[in-house]
Amino acid sequence: MHEEPVAGGVLQVRGLVKRYGPKTAVDGLDLTAHEGVTAVLGPNGAGKTTTIETCEGYRRPDAGQVRVLGLDPVTQAAALRPRIGVMLQSGGVYSGARADEMLRHMAKLHAHPLDVDDLIERLGLGSCGRTTYRRLSGGQQQRLALAMAVVGRPELVFLDEPTAGLDPQARRSTWDLVRELRSDGVSVVLTTHYMDEAEQLADDVAIIDEGKVVAQGSPEQLCKGGAENTLRFTGRPGLDVASLLKALPMDSAAAELTPGSYRVTGAVDPQLLATVTSWCAQHGVMPDKISVERHTLEDVFLELTGKELRG
Amino acid sequence: MSAGTYTPKPGAAPVGRMIAAQAVLETKMLLRNGEQLLLTVVIPSLLLVLFSTVDIVDTGEGKAVDFLAPGVLALAVMSTAFTGQAIATGFERRYGVLKRLGASPLPRWALMTAKTLSVLVTEVLQIALLTAIALALGWSPHGNPLSVALLLVLGTAAFSGLGLLMAGTLKAEATLAAANLVFLLLLVGGGVVVPLDKFPDAAQSVLGLLPISALSDGLRDVLQDGASLPWGAVGVLAVWSVLGLGAAARFFRWE
Repeated sequence: MHEEPVAGGVLQVRGLVKRYGPKTAVDGLDLTAHEGVTAVLGPNGAGKTTTIETCEGYRRPDAGQVRVLGLDPVTQAAALRPRIGVMLQSGGVYSGARADEMLRHMAKLHAHPLDVDDLIERLGLGSCGRTTYRRLSGGQQQRLALAMAVVGRPELVFLDEPTAGLDPQARRSTWDLVRELRSDGVSVVLTTHYMDEAEQLADDVAIIDEGKVVAQGSPEQLCKGGAENTLRFTGRPGLDVASLLKALPMDSAAAELTPGSYRVTGAVDPQLLATVTSWCAQHGVMPDKISVERHTLEDVFLELTGKELRG
Repeated sequence: MSAGTYTPKPGAAPVGRMIAAQAVLETKMLLRNGEQLLLTVVIPSLLLVLFSTVDIVDTGEGKAVDFLAPGVLALAVMSTAFTGQAIATGFERRYGVLKRLGASPLPRWALMTAKTLSVLVTEVLQIALLTAIALALGWSPHGNPLSVALLLVLGTAAFSGLGLLMAGTLKAEATLAAANLVFLLLLVGGGVVVPLDKFPDAAQSVLGLLPISALSDGLRDVLQDGASLPWGAVGVLAVWSVLGLGAAARFFRWE
């Protein structure tokens, strides 16, 4: 057991460069992950998997430094491997093995594994019965890979696209497991190209594009960071915008765009909404068609990368 | 369930336990695979029975089974250490099994040890079965069992090196095709059921240097003729072992 807290978080990547022939997959990437759940978000080909697989010890960096739980994943692999759990994007199981057989085997490679029967129950793998891996559904294969990542009771789990191709119910049960891991003190680093997944699960999101981290922070921070959020309403033409502005926080703006159509921009939160409606009440204004356009992670992503996530 | 199910408590199992578990799983996978059983059990057994009881090939003086049993034992070693191991490992590589195990606490050397153990266990089962069949057909083996064991181990090393070299460098489908083709060619041209002296002289000298010929003729020298230790065969197998295992260690790709 390694009880001491690791300085600088569970994962530290500094200036990572990884090339495949003439193609630069990762281009000077910096990433720090702390305890909790970190989502690495990016379009296909952004370098997510290369980054994760370098952290897992599969790839040798061409330049830069990687520390996982304070260890070098290549030179200190023997010390690191028992402490991490890995879910590959696909495969990883003997095609002729049954789900429970493979999971029991992974358990045997660890000193203090989880109870396999209990884990099978929790992840709904009991229905796989005597079916061999190659005949399992895609969802069952994903859940088995997830179970294999956690069965050794690791400190840190890497999940590469854990819910890609899953139906909504299976996605929710995977999310539930990630939340349970988090509350039990297991750190999770996952890659995804689903915005909602990052928003739902992550304490921290790193947006990566063309081999670099272009933004990192909590989902809230990232959504605040980019273009301003907007609140619109309609009312009587010629309202005293200056008076409204006085009631609003410092960094807000208000304008009458066309007669009777108003726009407030700034940090749009419940408090701001309350301020606007109570100002309207004081001035005897019925704010019609009041609407809030909040910035989503999707907008932030689009702004930063100029790309749709799925494309 | 109560909180704390997943509370971290990491640690690798003792390496001996890991190797044992891995060897058991590998052996199970092999014995469960129908095509593998065809190669490792059905074909050698059929050849032994068929060629011993029906006069298809002139096997020279003495009982046919005394000529055939050593050849079929060599074939059994080749089918497991080379063909079976190449195909299984090729697909494990293709399906990310080797990659996934690479991130587990099981060290690579321990994985290779487990694979070797699994091959040896399978060979013991094959040899037991084929020996029983051969004895039932009237086989009367001679020679020193230790010499036989040495030849079998060297043969296993030579074929394992070549099988892993193929599995670690070619695509899984290419390995499947090539390993089966090589199996067939060596079955015919490697002194397994057809004596090498049926081939032209020039071909004989080349064929004699193949690992399968060295193993089958080496086993024949001991089991049929009672030789103490056929140094020529031992030498040929040792060279193949060094070349095969060396090249596999150098060129094997895990993904």
